[in-house]
Amino acid sequence: MLEIEAILQKYQNRDRENLLPLLLEIQREIGHLSQKVILSVAAHLKIPSSKVYAVASFYDQFRFQPKSKYRILICNGTGCHIEGATQLLEEFNKQLGVENPADNRKELFNIEMVQCLGACGSAPVVKVNDVFYTNVNIDMIPEIIAAIKAKEEI
Amino acid sequence: MEQNNTSNSTTYFLIENVLKNQTGEYQPEVQQQLNLLLRRHLTKPVIYIGTGTCGIAAGANATLEAAKQYLKKHQADADIVEVGCVGLCSAEPLLDFQAPGKTRVSFKKVTADKVEAILEECFHNHISGADVLGQVVNDLHEPWEGVPNIQEISFFKKQHRILLYDCGEISPSSLDEYIARDGYKAFYKTLMNYPPGEVCNIIETSGLRGRGGAGFPTAVKWNNVRLAASDQKYVICNADESDPGAYMDRALVEGNPFRLIEGLSIAAYAIGSSKAYIYIRTEYQLAVQRLNAALDLAKQYGFLGENIFNSGFNLQIFLREGPGAFVCGEETALIKSLEGRRGMPRTKPPYPHEKGLFGKPTVVNNVETLTNIPLILNKGPHWFKNKGTKTSSGTKLFALTGDTVNTGLVEVPFGITLQEIIYDIGGGIKNNRELKAVQIGGPSGSLLPVQKLDLKIDYLVFEELNLIMGSGGMVVMDDQRCIIDMVKYFINFLQHESCGKCIPCREGINRMYEILKMITTRPSATDGHEGLSRFQGVMQLENLARVIKETSLCGLGKTAPNPVLSALEWFREEFEEHVFERKCRAHVCKNLRSFVINPDRCTGCLVCLKKCPENAIIGSARKPHYIIREKCTDCGICYDVCRFSAIDII
Repeated sequence: MLEIEAILQKYQNRDRENLLPLLLEIQREIGHLSQKVILSVAAHLKIPSSKVYAVASFYDQFRFQPKSKYRILICNGTGCHIEGATQLLEEFNKQLGVENPADNRKELFNIEMVQCLGACGSAPVVKVNDVFYTNVNIDMIPEIIAAIKAKEEI
Repeated sequence: MEQNNTSNSTTYFLIENVLKNQTGEYQPEVQQQLNLLLRRHLTKPVIYIGTGTCGIAAGANATLEAAKQYLKKHQADADIVEVGCVGLCSAEPLLDFQAPGKTRVSFKKVTADKVEAILEECFHNHISGADVLGQVVNDLHEPWEGVPNIQEISFFKKQHRILLYDCGEISPSSLDEYIARDGYKAFYKTLMNYPPGEVCNIIETSGLRGRGGAGFPTAVKWNNVRLAASDQKYVICNADESDPGAYMDRALVEGNPFRLIEGLSIAAYAIGSSKAYIYIRTEYQLAVQRLNAALDLAKQYGFLGENIFNSGFNLQIFLREGPGAFVCGEETALIKSLEGRRGMPRTKPPYPHEKGLFGKPTVVNNVETLTNIPLILNKGPHWFKNKGTKTSSGTKLFALTGDTVNTGLVEVPFGITLQEIIYDIGGGIKNNRELKAVQIGGPSGSLLPVQKLDLKIDYLVFEELNLIMGSGGMVVMDDQRCIIDMVKYFINFLQHESCGKCIPCREGINRMYEILKMITTRPSATDGHEGLSRFQGVMQLENLARVIKETSLCGLGKTAPNPVLSALEWFREEFEEHVFERKCRAHVCKNLRSFVINPDRCTGCLVCLKKCPENAIIGSARKPHYIIREKCTDCGICYDVCRFSAIDII
């Protein structure tokens, strides 16, 4: 909570326009927006917490659950889509043993289909935390998974 | 600290002697300084590495590290400059080398393992050629033998790069280099010589239209706000580029953030605003970092702040990150988002130029539009007007993606045809396949067939044909792609991004998606009505599309049916095939595939038989197998496991 307080103190100007920058900065610091965060931001800016949540849930980039250690992002921009992003998603789900694609949030990793990552020239693109994999095909998936497993020694 | 001081003094020297010099003729010592900054004259070799987002994705960071290691290991002396993207994304990571007195050579696909060999050759003055892209031929430097001129390469030949000309050459973190390339001259000239009305007149003469999609004349927007009476006015730069498959704005910002800031400053002056905002999507972290650094430098040297150049003009620029909502590209939604609300569009009028941000008159301009401004003021409106066509002046950036040989960012003059972009610049279709369709204008743009290849890029031509230019996404599809799948993809994107305010958009797009999903799924045998509803679906699609188009409030809803309508117009037979024959000719719609074993190629290896989860394959060893139609669920596992290509999709 100390980190949140420190960020809130930076925003002495309590205008509503600071809401999004504030939420983004907190999320960058602690990884997600918990209920506590929503309540303290609402108190700080003196707006109802329902409105804070309403705004935050409108935008794609805010998360309300802690993020996994490894985020496997499969780009689904147009370029990646036509080069087979959907097959990659299916294959990742299959190989990582995720039965229900909607419920794939685990502590260690989660698999997400995301909006354009902006590297359309090398489609399809997969990003694991900060590492980019370009021109990915199904045969490369075991290698990507092995890289995660090697770090975790599983 | 010491280095910082020298850098400071260089910048002040440049401001006094270059920026404020409007004659274009410099004292010898100034020219000498400029030659160093423009890298016309080098004291030691320079290695340029393209570290834009696309470069980094292709491994440019590892290339950079390898280059540093090489210099250390061989104790070679050279500068390493990180630059933005030159646009040829399919050749990333790019590494350029320039030795004193010689021309700059570009190398393509330089992954970390190739760095050592390439630099070794460069430092020994011998380039063998395998990884060479080309060299920048000019009068000042001695060319390398046997290296092609980069301007003659098909990808660059038909391009007309006025916005991108320094992307890939200039260091995006050096204000000095920008000033050496006539940076901030336009801003200084404007503040010193032109009253705001005059600036608007110049832009009007140039014929500049907004590059965000609608192509509205920029000068009209500016004049509306300039003439509005208000104590505070705002100008917003819309960098919330969320179209999948488009990255023109990102490349401009990453390549040279200063030009955007200069353009925005001039726009603020022209409309009489002292506060400007840049709204950029938060996914573009590299662009955000570079813009922040550039804004800090601009502040430090007095290009932002109070009383700029003693002209009495004040300006603050705030950078705001947009947390991911496609609809925030719409100006009223963007304004709501900046105010800290849900980004939902509102009815117009009142237009933003009457009541915009915080209820004050506001101009919203796209990145590409603003980046054009300094060029127009530097080189004159007629120079700009003479480019392109009579009705659309200047150039347009396109993000060329999909199945062309060359993919990347291209800048072309208006009036060029699709044919030229795809075949001359893009190098044609990959793997010698046939072109099937081109999607222009982002997810809510239109799918165009091969017959439309002679279409000229021009705002008026597009308007007449009821097409939208969009911000510049151009996706090329070959004959392996399914049109219905593509339309389904765009509609899925749009239904996800609909803000939910208007019923036709919220429910209508969702319903269109359901219909498209139904068409691409095999009907279950148990439900007798499904065949009928599939048939009705296509008829409903057309009606729905019209209703959504006519009754939605904002641009998102109004244009959302475009992919459906254009696909129905040009690719109707593919819809009918999906509906009546339950067949996807491109074999993309997985649910519509059926598999048969080709007895001539089947060796009877038993692999598919063992792998089939439904036990639908019968046969014995060394004899051709057979798939029982009734049992088969068309999962495709047999197709994947067969090593003899003996399974055909029908």
